Amino acid sequence: SCHWTSTHRLIWRDVKNHECCIAMPLSQILLFEEQAAGIGKSAKIVIHLQATPANKEPGPYQHSKYSFIKLSFKEHGQIEFYRRLTEEMTRKRWENTPASQPIPIGTGSQAGRTRAVGIVGIERKIEEKRKETDKNISEAFEDLSKLMVKAKEMVELSRSIANKIKDKQFGLRSYLLSMGIADPVTRETHGSGTHYHMQLAKQLDDMLQAPLEERGGMMALTEVYCLVNRARGMELLSPEDLVNACKMFESLKLPLRLRVFDSGVMVVQLQSHSEEEMIASALDNVSDKGSLTAEEFAKLLGLSVLLSKERLLLAEKMGHLCRDDSVEGLRFYPNLF
Amino acid sequence: MSFEWPWQYSFPPFFTLQPNVDTRQKQLAAWCSLALSYCRHHKLYTLDVMEAQESPVFNNKKIERKLSMEAIQVVFEELRKKGNLDWLDKNKSRCLVMWRRPEEWGKLIHQWVSKIGMVNSVFTLYELSNGDDTEGEEFHGLEDWMLLRSLQALQADGKAEIITMDDGKGVKFF
Repeated sequence: SCHWTSTHRLIWRDVKNHECCIAMPLSQILLFEEQAAGIGKSAKIVIHLQATPANKEPGPYQHSKYSFIKLSFKEHGQIEFYRRLTEEMTRKRWENTPASQPIPIGTGSQAGRTRAVGIVGIERKIEEKRKETDKNISEAFEDLSKLMVKAKEMVELSRSIANKIKDKQFGLRSYLLSMGIADPVTRETHGSGTHYHMQLAKQLDDMLQAPLEERGGMMALTEVYCLVNRARGMELLSPEDLVNACKMFESLKLPLRLRVFDSGVMVVQLQSHSEEEMIASALDNVSDKGSLTAEEFAKLLGLSVLLSKERLLLAEKMGHLCRDDSVEGLRFYPNLF
Repeated sequence: MSFEWPWQYSFPPFFTLQPNVDTRQKQLAAWCSLALSYCRHHKLYTLDVMEAQESPVFNNKKIERKLSMEAIQVVFEELRKKGNLDWLDKNKSRCLVMWRRPEEWGKLIHQWVSKIGMVNSVFTLYELSNGDDTEGEEFHGLEDWMLLRSLQALQADGKAEIITMDDGKGVKFF
């Protein structure tokens, strides 16, 4: 064990467990005296204390029948301690300044210390996690970079093949396009702005004829986006560029149109595509089956549910169909009203 | 004679408020017609909105479709605009259904009075609605509030005058 005194307190610390500390304000000391060592007895300093103050901090004992404590000095240090204590007791510095420094080990409230450890622990964990995530991402991108290198090689190869095939072979070229062989119109070759979009619009016209025919003349813009970017492979189109290019169809007199439905759904459709025909066929299908849901209609036509629903809604808007909305779902009937 | 349901009653879309404006107009017209003829057939003069939702008029159990509360309110509002319905309370929970409007009733009553040559005579309200002489007439059994409104309509037209007597009301026809 170990005693020492600060300007304000008398402190005892367990030599083995440094976190175990007892402190007592010097102001509690009434008087103190030495007790010489004897045979089998170590030197001591006896400290007589004043009555317990009301705001006494918790300690080893709440009450004691004794009004003094004895500090035992087994080896040495008694003289030095006595001298030091005398000095502090004379100067009574605690009367002038409040206790400023916490004891190095910290006998401050247990709660405070635990809190500091807790937050530090959490911060440490967060930092570790961040490092781990960083590492994972870097590793993942390593693979992606390798993939990109391979893709670039493939595109180069396909490009050289495509160049050898004459443009006349429309069908073959468009199939190659859909497999990912193209001569992508890029911002580098054509710059950004209207010129770029114009060229893009022309390329889209080329690229979309066959797919549109297959799908009954209409494709959702999202479908177009996927198809086009899959074909390009590199130098992907942004959605804005796609929309801007599509908006130029009419002014460039290309046989495609960008169309927005009431619901906000955007589609690209062949100009030759007839609205009346579409509505008439919708009515036919519905009448034939008595009633249809969007899903059933989609299955019937081999179209996406989204586009099928748009068709039914259009026919309803024109007054050819009416709806039955119940817990069983939304179903369309011929408008018999 | 059992009530004959119109073809729309078995048509599921009939029970969904149609978004297409033109379609909706036709739908509502059919609903008004159905509601009124149902009430006429069963001699119903008042309707409770909560009960209405479960009544066969608005609830076809056979096809498992019923009109939503919102739609029922729309139908009632339509009837009110046409003069066939009057709300009994501010909360719109009960209403008077006039499958024949007061003016129409008034006309019928006046026609009968003329036919029996009793113009310029005074009738009590009771005589008109429950008298032996009126048995077989359509307005026989007409509820008081409806009868009064009908006579008021005639009065506004100058064809009758409502008189307050010691033991109730009477009416003189011109």
